[in-house]
Amino acid sequence: MLTDTEAADQATGPDDIRRRVRELLEAHDPASTPRLDFLRARFDAGLAWVHYPVGLGGLGAPRTLQPVADAELAAASAPANDPRRIGIGLGMAAPTILAFGTPQQQQRWLRPLWTGEEVWCQLFSEPGAGSDLAGLATRAVPATGNDDAPDGWRVSGQKVWTSMAHKARWAILVARTDPDVPKHAGLTYFACDMTAPGVEVRPLRQLTGEAEFNEVFLADVPIPDSDRLGAVGNGWRVAQTTLMNERVAIGGGTTPREGGMIAGPVATWRDQPGLRTPGLHDRLLRLWVDAEVARIAGARLRQQLAAGRPGPEGSAAKLVFARLNQEISAFEVELAAGDGLLYDDWTMTRPEGANFYGRGPGYRYLRARGNSIEGGTSEILRNIIAERVLGLPPEIRVDKDVPWKDLPR
Amino acid sequence: MERPAAMTQPTPRGEIPDLLYSEAENDLRQAVKALFAERCRPADVLARIETGETYDLPLWHALAADLGCAGLLVPESLGGAGASYREAAVVAEETGRSAAPVPYLGSAVVATAALLAAVGAEPASDDDSKLLASLADGAQTAALAIAFESWPGSELPGSVRVVAPSAGDQAGGARLTGTAARIADALPADVLLVPADGVPYGLYVVDAHAHGVTRSPVVSLDSTRQLCDLTLDAAPARRVAAGDAATAAVAAALSAGAAMLAAEQLGLAERCLEMTVAYVKERRQFARQVGSFQAIKHRLADLYVSVAQARAVARYAAGCLADDSPDVPVAVAMAKAYCGDAAVKAAEECVQLHGGIGFTWEHPAHLYLKRAKSGSVAFGTPDRHRAALAGLVNLPGA
Ligand SMILES: Cc1cc2nc3c(=O)[nH]c(=O)nc-3n(C[C@H](O)[C@H](O)[C@H](O)COP(=O)(O)OP(=O)(O)OC[C@H]3O[C@@H](n4cnc5c(N)ncnc54)[C@H](O)[C@@H]3O)c2cc1C
Repeated sequence: MLTDTEAADQATGPDDIRRRVRELLEAHDPASTPRLDFLRARFDAGLAWVHYPVGLGGLGAPRTLQPVADAELAAASAPANDPRRIGIGLGMAAPTILAFGTPQQQQRWLRPLWTGEEVWCQLFSEPGAGSDLAGLATRAVPATGNDDAPDGWRVSGQKVWTSMAHKARWAILVARTDPDVPKHAGLTYFACDMTAPGVEVRPLRQLTGEAEFNEVFLADVPIPDSDRLGAVGNGWRVAQTTLMNERVAIGGGTTPREGGMIAGPVATWRDQPGLRTPGLHDRLLRLWVDAEVARIAGARLRQQLAAGRPGPEGSAAKLVFARLNQEISAFEVELAAGDGLLYDDWTMTRPEGANFYGRGPGYRYLRARGNSIEGGTSEILRNIIAERVLGLPPEIRVDKDVPWKDLPR
Repeated sequence: MERPAAMTQPTPRGEIPDLLYSEAENDLRQAVKALFAERCRPADVLARIETGETYDLPLWHALAADLGCAGLLVPESLGGAGASYREAAVVAEETGRSAAPVPYLGSAVVATAALLAAVGAEPASDDDSKLLASLADGAQTAALAIAFESWPGSELPGSVRVVAPSAGDQAGGARLTGTAARIADALPADVLLVPADGVPYGLYVVDAHAHGVTRSPVVSLDSTRQLCDLTLDAAPARRVAAGDAATAAVAAALSAGAAMLAAEQLGLAERCLEMTVAYVKERRQFARQVGSFQAIKHRLADLYVSVAQARAVARYAAGCLADDSPDVPVAVAMAKAYCGDAAVKAAEECVQLHGGIGFTWEHPAHLYLKRAKSGSVAFGTPDRHRAALAGLVNLPGA
């Protein structure tokens, strides 16, 4: 294994990435290597996410080099890690662990997270705390050790709308450790073992008919202090990192031109001239431009990220993504005319992952309604842009300086 | 100025070029900003449009010659900066931000692009080299004599015709007669590039000050870029391109013009957003800043989002032009469609959120509104460009 500086020195360009991919493929022929073994080897070769540090699946290289590795590996028919199944882990848990985890935590969690051996979910929202996440009521109390330096915690409360909790081995969890201080100051961030005693996951059916998300009941769940991320009382700051990355993960994906939601309607338009009307044509052209502009803006955002960290700009991408998905899928139902009256399947299932673009137009239309709610509602994102990007005066707040326990609810 | 390496490698279709600003571009922007901060403040522009000379020629000379912005697109061998459309777009953004009454778009972009397309980067004729050099160093200003609402692919005008040469004309010289309406940036021009019908169709160079050339200013929606009508009466002319080459040169110029106008619209939209944000932070009603009302904040957040999108697509179009990408037609159509709408929206919101003061003549908001609306019609309306896309990306109509 290389030292950090040696690897970083070498991982400077696409040629270096290609050489590393070649070496990986030579040592582990994708045709004969079991899928998981290959993914682990890829992680160990630093080709999982090249911008991560050496030893944690990366090479400390610019993020812009990742597509080079992905393309080479795809060309060699190497197995992939199915990001659709493990989106929360890749997009939210991982960057948070990277930013706040101890070296031991990073070693323990990142590799199985990336290979998909361990699915992660996000235990943030509660029945009484959605947009107002900092108002959450789930309590974590010191269980063992002394109160000032507990070596373990007991967590009780209810979480809701927890996507993929039914598949998850781990959760990122925010809980209240101090009700006597104002709400933002009393939170602590944990990784929660979903197999621990006291964790109960119940499906929560959504308007599409299936249940991607769940209710999660936490009854006196033990969490060792070694699974805490960041300092006690610092949970809000840690959660901000997760949320910022969540918005980029939801709004900033890479697609080719005419990929994503616009793919369905453009195909239908070309295949079925009988469905075309002048009004729909005008709308389609507008949507096509908006989708392509959003795609280019996403690419620009990634170019900016390559230089730094996701800032509030990710909120803009997420807003556009939600609006476009909704407008395009609504258009698609109308374009489909008679077929737009049908629905593929109302059976209650618990899917393997979120699927924004799959199934029929009716499903896509309904699922897209969630895009402006999940990961921060569009109203909250506008607040964030207005206050943090444009610097407009904050809302007049009644809840900021009051101890959480005294807030009206 | 350094030539960006990207110029030598065309970007393949679908691949996205670098959309960020380089250090050289930021330096260029700072230089233009400094000039405008001193000499193109809103009050200067407001005062200027009240005079008989709506173009600010000293300012243009400073931008064109002193800062070298007239020659950005001209190769170094001809005395230009040998830069690309990326740099040209940065300057366009700044002219939009300041609603600068200078013929940058018409001369440094459109006429220069037409001439370069017509005669090539290594012109065979000395006259052409000299003309390009004089445009590059700002000694002369040029305009393409075509209606401002023309778009890449619109039918070429046939209202100017080649007529019989006069006695004593040099061999190779021609004479043009006819009219052309609503030409941008021709009022301060020394040289006009005139598309004229003959056998074959041609692109001609006409001395704007010659006998037989009449330019009549027209009252324009946008006084910071006053249009004029042109009448030619056996005006002496020299042909620089004929037939398909002439048509292609005009199309290339309109395409470049649309893309750089999109960049200008981006700058304008961004300025409107900034002005409005600053105002709502300062203006108080109901004992609080009006910018603390959520209805206002959300509208400005939406504006911010559309400016961010506009920047991405304007940069994309500039990058495609700079890299001579096969995606230029699609990129230009998208950029002009998107940025045109975004700028108009930004300027309209700017007026609305300034309240009564935003409706006055003394406040600069109207300069932006007029420039934005006029710019969205110029070089093809958003609808026109979407219609073009229908053909380009195979989404045919009903
Ligand atoms: C498909 C889906 C998947 C999800 N997955 C997860 C998950 O995996 N993990 C998880 O923790 N959560 C998840 N969520 C929950 C999601 O984060 C919350 O639903 C969301 O934050 C909104 O909270 P709420 O539902 O309590 O709505 P509320 O906060 O009660 O909002 C109700 C309405 O009021 C508006 N509103 C609230 N506050 C303001 C304000 N200050 N200004 C203006 N308008 C305001 C909102 O925009 C909304 O329109 C998921 C949700 C969906 C739909």
